[in-house]
Amino acid sequence: MRFYEFESKALLAKQGLPLPAVSRVAGTPAEAGAIAREIAGPVVLKSQVLTGGRMKAGGVLFADSPDECESAAEKILKLEINGHAPRGVLVEGRAPVAQEYYAGVIYDVLAKLPVMIFSDMGGIDIEEVAEKHPQHIAKLHFSTILPPSDFRAKELVSSLGISGSELNRLTRIVAQLARSFTQYSLTLAEINPLARLEDGSFICLDAHVDMEAEARDRQQAILEELGIGPDETRQARPPTPFEIRGAQIDAVDHRGVAGNVVEFDGDLGLVIGAGGGSLTLFDAIRRHGGKPANYCEIGGNPSVSKTCELTKLILSKTGVRKIAVMMNVVSNTRVDIVARGVIKGVIESGYDPAHKIAIFRIPGSWEQDGFKILSKYGVEYCDRSVSMFDAAGRAVAKMQQA
Amino acid sequence: MGLFIEVQVAPEASSKPAVVKKLVEVCPVNIFGEREDGGLDIIESNVDECTLCELCLDATEPGAVRVIKLYDQGQALERSA
Repeated sequence: MRFYEFESKALLAKQGLPLPAVSRVAGTPAEAGAIAREIAGPVVLKSQVLTGGRMKAGGVLFADSPDECESAAEKILKLEINGHAPRGVLVEGRAPVAQEYYAGVIYDVLAKLPVMIFSDMGGIDIEEVAEKHPQHIAKLHFSTILPPSDFRAKELVSSLGISGSELNRLTRIVAQLARSFTQYSLTLAEINPLARLEDGSFICLDAHVDMEAEARDRQQAILEELGIGPDETRQARPPTPFEIRGAQIDAVDHRGVAGNVVEFDGDLGLVIGAGGGSLTLFDAIRRHGGKPANYCEIGGNPSVSKTCELTKLILSKTGVRKIAVMMNVVSNTRVDIVARGVIKGVIESGYDPAHKIAIFRIPGSWEQDGFKILSKYGVEYCDRSVSMFDAAGRAVAKMQQA
Repeated sequence: MGLFIEVQVAPEASSKPAVVKKLVEVCPVNIFGEREDGGLDIIESNVDECTLCELCLDATEPGAVRVIKLYDQGQALERSA
């Protein structure tokens, strides 16, 4: 879940991270001019969009006077960047920068730990620094159980040869960033550039945070404080009617999950899930050369009606020729209940399950009953002796034969 | 009757208000309803949600309720008298 820069800064300010003294969003050129008058000096104006490439697109401008600020704001407010209209324009005072740094925290999925990243080359993409100047980048994993410590942050910063008061000041900032990351369930917290000003103080010139979407309920208080409503999905694009309908199906019944539907343009509908199974199976379909029509997640024993409605939704999508029903080995989802829902959905859509279901691979609880249901309707199924990867291969092969 | 499950309740049981109330109470997927006259209503749209938990069998006299798996050659769950 993405945050605008002004929201990211407001969130980081709660941990005491240093921000420009005046940093406010204007919705009109006149408001921007008023903020510039308050700053009484050179300002920077930044488009508030949930996409990158602002500078190149002309979404970041500088102004030396309130009049210049108004005309710059007018340009920015009219400018769409990558199809995104700006939420407003952020106006801040321009700081006399001596050096730019990078500080970030992300989650390392391989190490299964968050990692602090620091570089003494800020203001450019950190990926570029990692590729061209790896000696200028330092990383350090930290625990999600113990609170992030200043000591670890100091270890990270000092590993690049930084010492003295600069080290002390940067340590505090990096540790505060790590604490924000864990406290607010973030998946990314980034300050770039983190500037050392000519007077030796530090300031976060730009900030970017992403929050784990699943944490929205837990983080409701801060979201409300930032004015982010429950209807704001903050995804890369607005949900399609297909995806909205998927969310409605999931919401109508508390039993289990049959949602998180994402639309793609392929011809193989997917009813997939179970402990990371959705991602694994989606990738497996693509690896075999298949074209998924959708992504979704089922699990937690969804009701027959919920699975039925999800199946009907997927089959109603233009271009879907067959569906593949696959999960990891399940213990808290019943195979027979899913089988009933899927077959009912296929029949109610006016199709023959034997032809419309390319493969059914859900091993686990009540699989014997599930397999009896599938046998009755002539659906090809397999048990846990067939891997998810091979089951995906069978589904793709069937699509190629059809 | 659902696509996968059929639930049968003996007429002598379905006409007893106490049995009807018990069935309504125990079924986790709301297959049973109580009519205004106190008789039993089987809610067909919920029959396929049956989890085969057998609570309805446990709550009634032997032979009062049969739950039939239509996908398993008509195998029935029931308590014999």
